Amino acid sequence: MNEITEKLLAEVSDYKGEFKGAYNIREDSGCVARQSSKHIKITAEKDKPGIHIHISCKDEQESVYIPACVTHSGVHDVVYNDFIVEDGADVIIVAGCGVHSDGAEEASHNGIHRFLIGKGAKVVYKEKHIGTGKGTGERNIDPVTEVEMAEDSYLEMDTMQISGVSHSKRSTKARLAAGAKLIIRERLLTDKDEKVSSDFDVSMDGDDSAVDLVSRSVAKGNSFQEYHSVIRGNCRCTGHSECDGILAGNGIVNAAPELHAGNIDASLIHEAAIGKIAGEQIIKLCTLGLTEEEAEQKIIEGFLK
Amino acid sequence: MLELKNIHWKTPDGEEILKGIDLNVPEGKLTVITGPNGGGKTSLAKVIAGLYEISEGSIIYNGEDITHMSITDRSRKGIAYAFQQPVRFKGLSVRDLLELSGEEKLPEDKLCSMLSTVGLCAQEYIDREVDASLSGGESKRIEIATVLNRKGAELLVFDEPEAGIDLWSFSNLINAFEAIKKNSSRSLIIISHQERIMEIADYVAVVTDGRITTFGPKEEVLPGLLSDNRQCACPMHITTKENCHDE
Repeated sequence: MNEITEKLLAEVSDYKGEFKGAYNIREDSGCVARQSSKHIKITAEKDKPGIHIHISCKDEQESVYIPACVTHSGVHDVVYNDFIVEDGADVIIVAGCGVHSDGAEEASHNGIHRFLIGKGAKVVYKEKHIGTGKGTGERNIDPVTEVEMAEDSYLEMDTMQISGVSHSKRSTKARLAAGAKLIIRERLLTDKDEKVSSDFDVSMDGDDSAVDLVSRSVAKGNSFQEYHSVIRGNCRCTGHSECDGILAGNGIVNAAPELHAGNIDASLIHEAAIGKIAGEQIIKLCTLGLTEEEAEQKIIEGFLK
Repeated sequence: MLELKNIHWKTPDGEEILKGIDLNVPEGKLTVITGPNGGGKTSLAKVIAGLYEISEGSIIYNGEDITHMSITDRSRKGIAYAFQQPVRFKGLSVRDLLELSGEEKLPEDKLCSMLSTVGLCAQEYIDREVDASLSGGESKRIEIATVLNRKGAELLVFDEPEAGIDLWSFSNLINAFEAIKKNSSRSLIIISHQERIMEIADYVAVVTDGRITTFGPKEEVLPGLLSDNRQCACPMHITTKENCHDE
């Protein structure tokens, strides 16, 4: 892999010279390194770009790393990654993406991730996105995530867009069977003229399923963010969605949450709060010796932590 | 330590709240500022911490004129301030605030000790966010802990620290104030109506209608305040019972 990829990997997937266990590193639309483990088999998709990841680790939790990097302008990477998680498996999936461009042409990565999570399986999915480089070309990342969760399975998604991504269109869809639990923590930071839209559509189709979705966003500069969530309760279930936004400069955040309760025993809640940093928060941190700028930075860091 | 000279402060709509406060806060002592509601006590505390900019007068701290100094600079000079209504933060934990206050990473045992001082169990609270999930009393105790722990603070200003906390925690708080008096050279200013806090004071100042109406050693001031008006703890010589709104 090239030097830029190594730097991006450090940012998005805590890469420190090597990955332990199974991994697949994608660079500029190609695979530069791949390793399977005893319980995590990674193979190339046959009819499309991407990989097929079969996960069967049941006795002990294992990790798999599948970062993707675009390192120069003019690259438009599209990848399909399918995750098959066997019943009872326990896995951490780290799937960061970095797009670097020093040129005038656009560089982009579109990752389409599909999860089939077996009964009682436990998955923690971590994803960081970043754009870097001095080029004037746009750095775009459009992730699509589709999840099917079997009975009593558990998925925790921890996703973050750090900075530097010009445009991002994020789409997450999930269907939950009985007893399945989905936790989503999304954090989005935009600055300058960046734009991001994030759409969620979660359907709870089995009794005692649950979703807890929290999206936190900070819109600085002239950036624009749009949040749209649909939580569907089609059975006895609980759903919670929360969208909190901090505005700085001329940043704009739109939030449009939807709740669809299709069953008398569906219990759905939505919370949303958007505004600038409260003056009293800055004052409190100033009384602890921080300058106003330091206080604002600390509040944003904490908010997105 | 702290000299307030002819302090005037007006609200943004022009109402004068502080009308010529003169006060010398003695070094290394506990000074309680009391008085009827609306008299200007909280405004005075905010003026000292730099949250309000005065329209007239001057503030001298350790011989230096800090009248126009920012909140940040006053904090760095050693003035710490505990809000009457603690501020909530989504995303900042109790540990974050205590470490910002102490300007260092703090080991668990030290965090535990700090929180115990204000009656909180460290294990339960260290990593909790200082957000709306905390009760008023819990956030108040955390607020007090950030001030007790403030690095380099020589003057600690507390605005009604007793408000919203339970008796057991209040008792702990009294012990903490007494320990500061006994074991350090820090000076304390406490805005309070509480007899127990006044009893541990070295000096008591009464603020009424934007002015200091009484100031002196506790032994001289307190008997007069309490003798005829124990039910409400209002200063008897400056308010009538009809005007008394104190809890």
